[in-house]
Amino acid sequence: MFDVFFAILRRDLLLAMRRRTDVFTTLFFFVIVVSLFPLGIGPELNTLRLIAPGVFWVAALLASMLALEKLFLVDYQDGALEQMLLAPQPLSLLVLGKVAAHWLITGLPLVLLSPLLGLQYDLPGETIEVLLLTLLLGTPALSLIGSIGAALTLGLRGGGVLVSLLVLPLYIPVLIFGAGAVEAQASGLGGGGHLFMLGAMGLAALVVAPLATSAALRVSAE
Amino acid sequence: MSSRILNWFKFASPATFYPLAGTIGRAAAAVAVVLLAVGLYMSFFVAPTDYKQGEGYRIIFVHVPAAWMSMFIYVVMAFWAATGLVFRTRLSFMMARALAPTGALMTFIALWTGAFWGKPMWGAWWVWDARLTSELILFFLYVGYIALQGAIPDVRRGDRAGAILLLVGVVNIPIIYFSVKWWNTLHQGASVSITKGSSMAAVMLETMLIMTFAFWAYAIAVAMARVRLIILERERDTRWVSELPEVAG
Amino acid sequence: MDSVKAFFHMGGYALYVWGSFGVTALLMVAEPVALARQRKAMIRRLRRLIRLESEYSS
Repeated sequence: MFDVFFAILRRDLLLAMRRRTDVFTTLFFFVIVVSLFPLGIGPELNTLRLIAPGVFWVAALLASMLALEKLFLVDYQDGALEQMLLAPQPLSLLVLGKVAAHWLITGLPLVLLSPLLGLQYDLPGETIEVLLLTLLLGTPALSLIGSIGAALTLGLRGGGVLVSLLVLPLYIPVLIFGAGAVEAQASGLGGGGHLFMLGAMGLAALVVAPLATSAALRVSAE
Repeated sequence: MSSRILNWFKFASPATFYPLAGTIGRAAAAVAVVLLAVGLYMSFFVAPTDYKQGEGYRIIFVHVPAAWMSMFIYVVMAFWAATGLVFRTRLSFMMARALAPTGALMTFIALWTGAFWGKPMWGAWWVWDARLTSELILFFLYVGYIALQGAIPDVRRGDRAGAILLLVGVVNIPIIYFSVKWWNTLHQGASVSITKGSSMAAVMLETMLIMTFAFWAYAIAVAMARVRLIILERERDTRWVSELPEVAG
Repeated sequence: MDSVKAFFHMGGYALYVWGSFGVTALLMVAEPVALARQRKAMIRRLRRLIRLESEYSS
């Protein structure tokens, strides 16, 4: 049963590698958004260090949302989605495979790149470490929650903007605990509690989101 | 046994529910007008002046009922969404659609009065207090639901997609509230929450409860009126609509 | 006479109290009025639909 998960994962990664530009657009969107803030707020390092957690997390939120629209759209348009709906395996497993591929394409590169950008904000070593950890824990939850929005707005006109309207309120707890962990660590309080909450939310999303997404897909695709 | 269940489902059909919604709506409207009149009189002439906040605290008689209603309506909408998905009754989805604008209105009132209350008491029009912030996020959830319904032309898909969004939203409301509360206490310096410093005099509490029931009756009246509209819209080419007195007359 | 003035003065919080109650009253009147207008438009539309059908079938 689980090999369908890896089949979908492999297929989506293969497709993504063929259209490599998509991978980089999300990544460079993240880099550009993060680099915009110093231009807007000024190069003064103390303020930059202060705003860094929030900036990184909001940028990660927007970047992962940017790539959501295409999550199911291509399969929906060429009919592959209908085959998936008819597959004997549980649909939430297939959805999990697609979301995992989405995370590997958009989430992971952000996480790997954030230390480099952290230097732009003159963040000390441990803060970058915690930032890396929170993004690693948080971005899967973003992809999972976002997949619900993507499924609900499948094939709608202006779907991109609509997804952000539906999904951003649901991202807020992840944002609060993600940015909060980094800030707590930087202020010496230690980000432990926040990280546990972030992990808990990630696991909850792992369980609930695929169910909601597959229900939404059945509603949208038929 | 089975006949009783059948009766219970009788009102699930729009044709039989339409007149019932009319009577409930008119009754609720009457109750709302009476309670609002009594509540307003009490808020200004019966409730004493607050020793700490003077006359300004009277905003509570509108702010708190609206805030309670905004959360209550969202949960009721989620209930109708769940009922619609489980029993596949179209009328349940119509009820959820009918409640959405009123819920968004109540949230807006709560935010507006919250800001107008915050300005004299805390010196700023908007304060990132945990409850006000959660109210703002609830407003986004309402707007998201209404936007999704508006964006889906096909009625059947719109109903079910909206229902799923409501269920996902209602599961997230406690999570959002507690994470905002955690976030708020993290930055405790930023704001002072609406502490009920002066212990609520009995008559103040009574006034607030009367106003809450008034808002509740108002919401029912408006929801019934709007659900009748949605029924007419969806059943416009049926015979029973063409034979309605107001249409055939 | 001055008690009426004092009432509207609301102990110095006039703007805030009347700003809150005013907007709430405004919205809670506007919504039913809008619904009544929509209902009238809906019934007019339904009548037109029926007239069209009767002309079409006859």
